[in-house]
Amino acid sequence: MFPFSFEWVWDMGHMVFHGGLWYALSIIGLGVTYCIIKAAVETAKNKDGHQH
Amino acid sequence: MDSALIPEGVKRCPTWQFLLWIGAAGAVLLWGVFAMLLVYIKGLNQTNMNNAYGFALWIWADLAVIALGGGAFFTGFLRYLIGIDKLKNIINFAVLIGFICYSSALLILAFDVGQPLRAWFIFWHANVHSMLTEVAFCLTCYFFVLCIEYIPLVLENRQISKVPFFHNLSHNMHEIMAIFAATGAFLSFFHQGSLGGVPGVMFARPFGFREGILVWPWTFFLFTWSAAACGPCFTIFVTKLTEKIVRKKLVKDDVIELLAKISGWMLTGYIVAKIIDTWYWAAVTAPAKGFSLMDFYTNNPGSAYGIWILVTEIVLCGVLPALILITNKGRQNQITLWTAVILAVLGVCLNRWVMILQVLSAPVLPFENWFPYFPSWQEIATTVMPLAYGVIMISISYRYLPIFPQEQELNPIAAPSSQALKAEPEAAELQAPPEEAPGAELDPAKA
Repeated sequence: MFPFSFEWVWDMGHMVFHGGLWYALSIIGLGVTYCIIKAAVETAKNKDGHQH
Repeated sequence: MDSALIPEGVKRCPTWQFLLWIGAAGAVLLWGVFAMLLVYIKGLNQTNMNNAYGFALWIWADLAVIALGGGAFFTGFLRYLIGIDKLKNIINFAVLIGFICYSSALLILAFDVGQPLRAWFIFWHANVHSMLTEVAFCLTCYFFVLCIEYIPLVLENRQISKVPFFHNLSHNMHEIMAIFAATGAFLSFFHQGSLGGVPGVMFARPFGFREGILVWPWTFFLFTWSAAACGPCFTIFVTKLTEKIVRKKLVKDDVIELLAKISGWMLTGYIVAKIIDTWYWAAVTAPAKGFSLMDFYTNNPGSAYGIWILVTEIVLCGVLPALILITNKGRQNQITLWTAVILAVLGVCLNRWVMILQVLSAPVLPFENWFPYFPSWQEIATTVMPLAYGVIMISISYRYLPIFPQEQELNPIAAPSSQALKAEPEAAELQAPPEEAPGAELDPAKA
């Protein structure tokens, strides 16, 4: 549920629960996006010689 | 046939043997799928759930696999946030077990909601006063985290890692894994806790009700603690079991002993807290609600819920494994180590059974009797199904992915002689390191 949904109420319950959900999803989404973009840039530059 | 996909420098069983093994597990999986389809098509009347048992075998299995999958978040926490480098040798397997456990938990929940097409309602029409809403949020997010932790392993497959983009992606994901591990630890703390919070806040059911801090009953903290303590025991147990099945050592003893030691001290702390919690509940909380301790353990059919269950959970499956795991001799002796991890695993499963099913079984009104429950075969089949799924996932991952970093060092392969190659080409193909197998011509670097 988003804050602009008609069911949304600006109370502590909605803010804590959905704030936590979107916070976690944002970290996960941003982290994965960063990895994908960096990998694409490195691949484009032929920089694939990483050693693990 | 599939030697080009097998990690370099390790030996795997012949393909036919592997397919036979997968087929056996697949047959059990199909049995579960059949029961699952019955539940989906005909509905929850296929179960023995009733008005007394809104939660039943599925929810117990759900809580049990989530607790056992706790090894992933706690080992990740120790490895990436505390910085215990030695655990890098078992973290991959812990992540795999966590991935299996949490995907199984979500699968089981998909049966239990009755109408899976409406599963998204919990996110959109969320009841923000329910601990189960928080569980659903955290469980889903943490499953994403486990996928992110598992994907780099898949990308490290011998053939997939040859694709530069995937190689770079895997490397980049490893680089920021600490962020994902921290997010996973945060999510796990709350959903493990909230699962414990559910029986703890049910003030109308004195068997489960506990006091606590603010909105969190003591069971909130006990559930998180027990998952962190027993999850690594399950990781050790499955590692040892895998070693027995493949008949080779996969993780060095010092790594297992370190994880067992940490787990042992966590278990010791947990069991002390659990004993204090039980004593306070028996002496103060339950009497305040009009019950004595033995009201919860007598007069039930067949003494299924006799006092033995409390003694078994706390003493046999709590104190005993904790004592074994905190001593050097206990950890170093394989028999006692096996005993301790099995007891700890059984203990946390028993705890979840008690906190889910015994809570619902115990009468709360003077004119009520105990509510008996025995699951239908459809419930049993769908609960066994995740076991088969886990066997298949572990088998495929072990065969094709570098799950155990120490395997090559612990099991060096001698290159076959040219005479042996001429004499027994088929056997030599199976014995040879993959880089010398026929599939190696796929490797452009070697070509």
